Amino acid sequence: MIDLKGKLVLCLGERDGIAAPALQACVESAGAEVIYTETQCFV
Amino acid sequence: MDLEEQANIARLVESGQKDRMVAMLGMPNPASTRMVAMTLQEGDPSYAGPLAGIPLGLPVYHILEDQVRQIIDPAVYENEVGPMEFVLDGAAISKALDAGR
Repeated sequence: MIDLKGKLVLCLGERDGIAAPALQACVESAGAEVIYTETQCFV
Repeated sequence: MDLEEQANIARLVESGQKDRMVAMLGMPNPASTRMVAMTLQEGDPSYAGPLAGIPLGLPVYHILEDQVRQIIDPAVYENEVGPMEFVLDGAAISKALDAGR
């Protein structure tokens, strides 16, 4: 099992998948610190 | 991953603490997931962006992987990922990432 506690996480989302703010909420609930968020959109 | 995003990530990694950095992806399919993972681990495979020839070696995970879901607060996961878990092919995405590890 991975451990994100104390990790610096880059959240790279995509509009047609999971957006970055959702990734951020998830990893922060696991004890990580988010240092970058980006949601790509190819439309 | 576009050129601006590659440049942003390159700057972040150069600023230090690379050993603590992890990428969490939310791409919708195995191909896009694998492409971003390759870029963050081995460098830009298209040789078009700032990460061309720069193997960052960052650990890369996808939010739909079982090993990731297990460590996320279930209520948060349900609220944030929710129905997309059933729309997207998490097993195929996990397989694509495993192939590159």
